[in-house]
This record gives sequence, C-alpha cells and structure tokens, in this order.
Amino acid sequence: MFESLTQRFSSAFASLQGKKELTDDNIEEGLREVRAALLEADVHFQLAREFVENVRQRVVGQAVVPGVAPTEQFVHAVHAALVELMGPEDSALEVAKSPPTVILMAGLQGAGKTTTTAKLARFLRDKHGRRPLLVAADIKRPAAVEQLTVLGRKLDVPVFHEEGLTAPEVCARGVAQAKARGCDVVLLDTAGRLHIDDELMEELAEIAGRTNPHNQVLVVDAMTGQDAIRSAQVFHDRLNLTGVILTKMDGDARGGAAVSLKAVTGCPILFLGTGEKIEDLDAFHAERMAGRILGMGDVVGLVEEAQEKISETEAQAAYEKMVLGSFTLEDMLAQIRMFRRLGPMKKVLGMLPGMGGLMDQVDVDDRKMNRLEALFTSMTPRERLHPEVLDMSRRRRIARGSGQESSAVNELLKSFKAMKQVMKQMNKMGLGAKLGAKAKKNTLKGLSKDGELAADSGGLLGGLFGGGGPKLPGFGGGAAGGAGSAGPGGLGGLGGLGDMLGGGPRPMGSSATRKSGSKRKQKQKRKKGRKGGGKR
Amino acid sequence: MGLFDRLKNRLTRTRSALSDGIAGLFSGGRAMDDTLLAELEELLYTSDLGLLATEIVEDLSRRHRRGEVRGEDDVRASLRATLLDRLPAKEECGEITLDASPTVILVVGVNGSGKTTSIAKLAHRFHTQGRQVLVGACDTFRAAAADQLEIWADRSDVQIVRKDEGADPAAVAFEALETADVLGYDIVLLDTAGRLHTQKNLMDELKKIHRVLGKKKEGAPHEVWLVIDGTNGQNAIQQAKLFTAAVEVTGVIVAKLDGTAKGGAVFAITHELGLPVRYIGTGESLELLEPFDPEAFVDAVLATD
Ligand SMILES: Nc1nc2c(ncn2[C@@H]2O[C@H](COP(=O)(O)OP(=O)(O)O)[C@@H](O)[C@H]2O)c(=O)[nH]1
Ligand SMILES: Nc1nc2c(ncn2[C@@H]2O[C@H](COP(=O)(O)OP(=O)(O)O)[C@@H](O)[C@H]2O)c(=O)[nH]1
Ligand SMILES: [Mg+2]
Ligand SMILES: [Mg+2]
Repeated sequence: MFESLTQRFSSAFASLQGKKELTDDNIEEGLREVRAALLEADVHFQLAREFVENVRQRVVGQAVVPGVAPTEQFVHAVHAALVELMGPEDSALEVAKSPPTVILMAGLQGAGKTTTTAKLARFLRDKHGRRPLLVAADIKRPAAVEQLTVLGRKLDVPVFHEEGLTAPEVCARGVAQAKARGCDVVLLDTAGRLHIDDELMEELAEIAGRTNPHNQVLVVDAMTGQDAIRSAQVFHDRLNLTGVILTKMDGDARGGAAVSLKAVTGCPILFLGTGEKIEDLDAFHAERMAGRILGMGDVVGLVEEAQEKISETEAQAAYEKMVLGSFTLEDMLAQIRMFRRLGPMKKVLGMLPGMGGLMDQVDVDDRKMNRLEALFTSMTPRERLHPEVLDMSRRRRIARGSGQESSAVNELLKSFKAMKQVMKQMNKMGLGAKLGAKAKKNTLKGLSKDGELAADSGGLLGGLFGGGGPKLPGFGGGAAGGAGSAGPGGLGGLGGLGDMLGGGPRPMGSSATRKSGSKRKQKQKRKKGRKGGGKR
Repeated sequence: MGLFDRLKNRLTRTRSALSDGIAGLFSGGRAMDDTLLAELEELLYTSDLGLLATEIVEDLSRRHRRGEVRGEDDVRASLRATLLDRLPAKEECGEITLDASPTVILVVGVNGSGKTTSIAKLAHRFHTQGRQVLVGACDTFRAAAADQLEIWADRSDVQIVRKDEGADPAAVAFEALETADVLGYDIVLLDTAGRLHTQKNLMDELKKIHRVLGKKKEGAPHEVWLVIDGTNGQNAIQQAKLFTAAVEVTGVIVAKLDGTAKGGAVFAITHELGLPVRYIGTGESLELLEPFDPEAFVDAVLATD
C-alpha cells in the first residue's frame, strides 16, 4: 500500500535497463505502476488513465539521455507532467477595488471550512495587514456559530452573527457591517452541504448572489476519494469558484483529490491546511504535491529543514570525508548527530516518502537513537578512528559500557561497513563531479533527477535502523541510489544532503514556478509550526 | 489545447457514460471483451474500491475465459457475490446487544468524520429504545466541541458530562464512567477529539483514555467504534489500521453515505482487519442512522446513478 513509487519502479523498470530508447514496450510496466500509484492516491480513475496516456505520448520515442538512467528519465517525465497538471502556483486572493473584499468559504460537511476561515483571517491580517471580519453563517450545525466565535476571540478578530436570520441574510448583513466597522476583508463561513442537496446549493447561490464575493473558495478534505470530482463539479457549477484549499494535509493522505479539483475547476490550489492550529496554513507547491501523490514524499520539505539546521561547513566537511573515502566511525557519529538535529526522529521520518503511515509500526523512537549514540560514546576515540581494531573483546566491552548486547555492536559495524561500501562506489562513479548545480536543483525540486535524495535518505535510515525492527522501505533507483539499493543502505543520504548544502547556488530560489519571497515565508511558517510542535 | 482542457472534455463524456452504469456497458448487445472489462474496472473505481476493483475484474476475466461468466446478469451476480464475500456475514454486522452495565462505548476517528453527530444519533437511538444514556464530551480541544454535543444531548434528552476547553480528556471519560456507575446509566457514549492516525502524541492520548477506563472498570471500554467519513478514499484503510493498532477498534460506523460517495474503502477495512460495520450515517439529523446491512450496502455500491 505505501510503497514508494521509486521503490516500485526499481522492479518495474528492469526492462528499461540498458535500453537506448523509451518504447511502448519497455515503459508499459512502469506506466502501470504510475497508474496504480495514482489510484492509490485517490486520483480520479479517468484522470489517471488520461494522465498515463499523456505521459506515454510524451516519452515514447525519446532517446535515452547519455549518463541518465532510463528509469530516471521516465520518473522525471512523470513527475514533470503531474507538476504541469497542478500548477501554476498562485495563492493570490482577489482584492476588491472598493473594500471590503468578500471571501466565501464553501464545501462539504466537516471539510474544515470554519477552521480554515479562521486561518485565512489570521493570514490576511498578519501577512497583509488587513482588518478581517468573520461572518458566522452556518446556522445548521449545532454550535457552529459558537465555534467561529471562539476562534475569533482567540485571534482577536471580530465575528458577526445575528440570530433569527437566514444564512443569506446573515451574510448580506455581515458585508454591510464590515463597511460600517471599517473592516476591509469579510470571510463568510457557511454550513457544510452535499452537492446533491438542491435546497442548500440554492442557498449557497443566493449567498453569492447577495454578497458578490470576489473570492469563492472550495474547502476540500485531502482524504476525499473518487467522489471529489463530482462534488467539485457541482460546487463549481453553482458558484464561480476562484480557488481551492486542501485541508488535513498533515496526515498521510496522498491527496490525489487535488488532481480532480484542478481538472474540474481549473482554479489554483491556494493553500494547504496542515494542522488544527490557526497558524497551520501552508502555501501550495505543485512539485511537492506531485511527489506526494506519486508516493515520493515531502523530500523538499526535508531538505529545507536540513538547510536550516545543518551548517554548510559541517555538511561540506561530511561530504568531503565521504568523497575522499576516509570515512570512520567518528564521522558516522558526527553525521548521526547532524541528522538528529533535524528534530525528533518521528518528525524527520514523517517527511520521507511513504513513511507517514509507518510511524507506529517502525520502532524509530528517539530512545533507539540514544542507544545507538551510546554505543559510539562507549568507544574510545582511537576505536572510532580505526574501526579495524574492534576485536571481540573490545566489542564486548563497548556493549557492556552502553548497557547493550554485543550483537548491537555487531549490527552497528555491519551498517558502517555497508555505508563505507556505498561511498566507495559513489566515489568510483565520480559522484562529486556528476552532481552539478543542475542535479542539485532537480533534486530539490522534489523529483530528484536521479532520485538520489529520496534514494539516499531512505538508505540512510535503512542503514541506521536496518539492524533491528522491521525494515524501512528503501528507495532504490537513481545513480547513487543504485549503489544504495545494493547494500543495506547507508549514510549516502547525508552525502547527498552534504553536497547540496555545500556551496553553490541555493537551489530553492531557482525554481521557476515559485514566486520570490514565498520560500522565506514558507520557512518562517515552518519554524513557527515546529515550535509548538509535538503537542497540539 | 492544454492537457487540462483535454482532460476536462473527456470528463464530461465520462460522467454521462458512467451514469448509465453497468447496464450501459452491455447495451446494444456488446460482447464481453477486454475493453468492456476495462470499462467495468473503471466503473468500480468510482466507488472507492481501490485496487480491489482491479482484483475483481481480473477474476471476472479469468472466469469469463473459462466460460463461467457470460453476460450482464452473470457479471452482476458475480460482482455482488464477490463484494458480499468481502464483508462480514450479516449476523456479525449491524446492531448488537449491549449488556454490560453500564456499557462504555468510546468513539474515535479523524477530524470531521462525523463522530459527534454519530454519537448524537446513537444516544437518540438508544434513548428511544428505552435505555438510560449518558454522553461524555472528551473532545476538550476543538472550539465549541462540547457545546455541539450538549445541544445534541438536550435535543434527545440525554445527560452529558463535560468540562472546560483544554481539560484532560481522560479525566472527562473517568468522570462520565463514574457518574454512570453511581447513577445507574445503561450506556455511556464517549465523544473524542478528531485526530489523524499519524499523530503519535494524540494516539497516545487515546490510549490513555482507554487505559483509564479499563482501570476504573474491568472490561471498559466495551466497544471502540471508529467513525469513517464515507466520502474518504483509500486513506480510510490506513485510518482503520492505525486506530485499530492503537486502541483495538471493535466496530466501524460509516458516516455521510447520503451523498454520491459509496464508501468502497469499507471492503478493504472489513476484509483486511476483520472489523464489523455497526451503523451507517445518512444525513445530519438525529434519526439518520441505520444498522449496517451488507446486502443493502453492496447493492448501493453497485448501483450507478
Ligand atoms: N489535522 C487537521 N485537522 C483539521 C484541519 N483543518 C480542519 N481540521 C479539523 O477538522 C475538523 C472539522 O473542521 P471544521 O472547521 O469544523 O469543518 P467544517 O465543518 O467544514 O466547518 C475539526 O476537528 C478541525 O479541527 C487540518 O488542516 N488538519
Ligand atoms: N450529510 C451528512 N453529514 C454528516 C453526517 N454525519 C455527520 N455529518 C456532518 O459532518 C460534519 C462533521 O460532523 P461532526 O459530528 O461534527 O464530526 P466530528 O468532528 O468527527 O465530531 C457536521 O457538519 C455534521 O453535520 C452524515 O451522515 N451525513
Ligand atoms: Mg463549520
Ligand atoms: Mg466532534
């Protein structure tokens, strides 16, 4: 179920190895995997089929680019097509020439309208200096008005409601109130409704008719299945949707509904809801979304965090170590610590492809990491620099010193050896030279041109945890990944990270579709989110 | 013409094609061939059956080649049988007798799936059956969650135990059980805050509620019901797996089946986890809760409109 696409591909693409050209025959199996991945992600089946055909037309007959594995070339094409489908990224809300700007929020029951209304109000006030008014027009659901009132109070944003009025009346008066109170944005929180409920859909049309909203936003639960397409179609027919917000993206839903929404409405996906807190509203990034739908995970997010937390010199040093091949246990420890600084293991892992749902099954708690570190610290510096001196009696001593079994030491050494092996191979392949600015950029775009970041972060974790507990899914494929998938994986991932962090242009900014400045905003938001992290 | 426009055009066509359903597939005396089977597979996908759709059609195709499945009637019968086979038997589903006194039912699920409304409907149902019902507002997190439950409780004239926003949900659960014990209630329905199954700390919070109840009274909670949003797709399977792993779910309620979504993920949930479905929710008012009936459910999934 939660295999990553990259992983599926490693077997599906056996037929591509060594081929000079992509043909109908040799991509067939790969296309089937793409389709299955899309369907598992809840992309509407018809769109999935169209998409696969489109990719087929694009790639068949393409000559294999020298120096690029055909598999990678194919994955790239798939990803690029999906990005194209979901872009362009545009989170701009329409602003009224004469205030107030009216924003109508609509959607099915429980989608997250009320919560998102509050989130948007906060966003508009804090980032755009607006003075919002919230209008509580859900008179159907018990305590819905109270819910918005509580949120408004927390935010210190006024909330309008008047008893005894119909929903369209409440909205119309709300807009008038905004003018009177000098609020320049009005957000209308409406009751949830099914697209087949004619009466309520009519009511929605009436609200729109009486308030002329400049923005008509459909709020959709990211977990929605195949039906997303139908409901979106009806909402779009009855209203004039201008944008979509996908909520509950903080879980492991792959969010294929996004494809349906784009296809039906043609409206941009404005924001993503990424939690229950009022500040959990994120910008939408087509590349990330494409990676997620394909089962490749939020690799970009992980890289962004890494960039914030690991200093460049440190990463460069780690990278050079590996390239120079003088990798020791000392370096391995340093890298583990570097990795841990990214945050609690659960969180870091959650950002990796397909890991969300595995959190509970895989024992990757921080205690385990502590035990691992304890093994290192029970070694003498000489042992860490010269692992070859670790004979049985030393191993027993280390085990005792860290309160663990000798087998734990053996596992550690096994991982270490595997990693060293990977690095040797990476070296041989001249990875340092190969990973130019372009590769870095592509990797950061979430695709990983060579799948290497995905491949290697998986390898890293595989290496660290491969010893005990169930195996984490690895991410084979890719040039460096090719080596990684051979052995139990290793710290190659940090090599990839290290390379990206060490010098060169900051790749995020070079993404063509992203507006300048949005990266910074995004980052700040992430930081904030994390501070409150853990407990909600 | 961009890819999108093309997709859009195709979509309009599909929808009308779909509306004719399985009957449409066979209309005009079409022979049962690979193309038809492929279209059937797609038809099944609209019900959120996921990869089960592919499995079913592959099986049909095999049996077609062996001559066991010939035309529309065979296909319908075979689909129906296969899907029914994926669900627990009729007597394992639907309403059960709750005879512990009091019977404690913990209701869990992701955000907005319909937990509070389902509790309201259950309270109403049990109350109408002449049982003494107490509800506990253990969602102390979401704004006005307890208010929502209280309004429902008032409407169906059942008692509620609630605390302030931010209170320990396990403490509310404990107090509700204690109150029910002392005052002799028959059924305690505990509403919990929505949580995504991937949120470890929140799943731990749920385990704590479970533990506290068990300590207070042997065997409690007697039932743990997972409310699934019927409009959800394949993610519902993951929800069922992880909630079951955390708190031993004993039954499922599928809400929001009054729309056009079919809730096909239920097949994987019952099949893979062996969980029975107790009720389905078919609307927003108190009486719109029905005991689950496997045959009716399969017929609804296969019906196309
Ligand atoms: N985890 C998570 N929960 C959300 C998000 N947005 C809304 N929710 C929750 O979803 C549930 C329903 O939200 P609400 O705003 O009441 O939905 P409405 O019925 O559409 O107004 C509540 O429990 C919210 O806290 C999100 O982005 N992530
Ligand atoms: N159409 C429909 N709406 C439902 C059903 N059950 C719940 N809802 C609505 O879904 C929204 C969320 O329900 P709620 O019980 O608050 O969800 P909770 O967050 O899981 O407690 C509310 O607007 C409910 O009225 C149902 O069976 N059908
Ligand atoms: Mg609401
Ligand atoms: Mg609730």
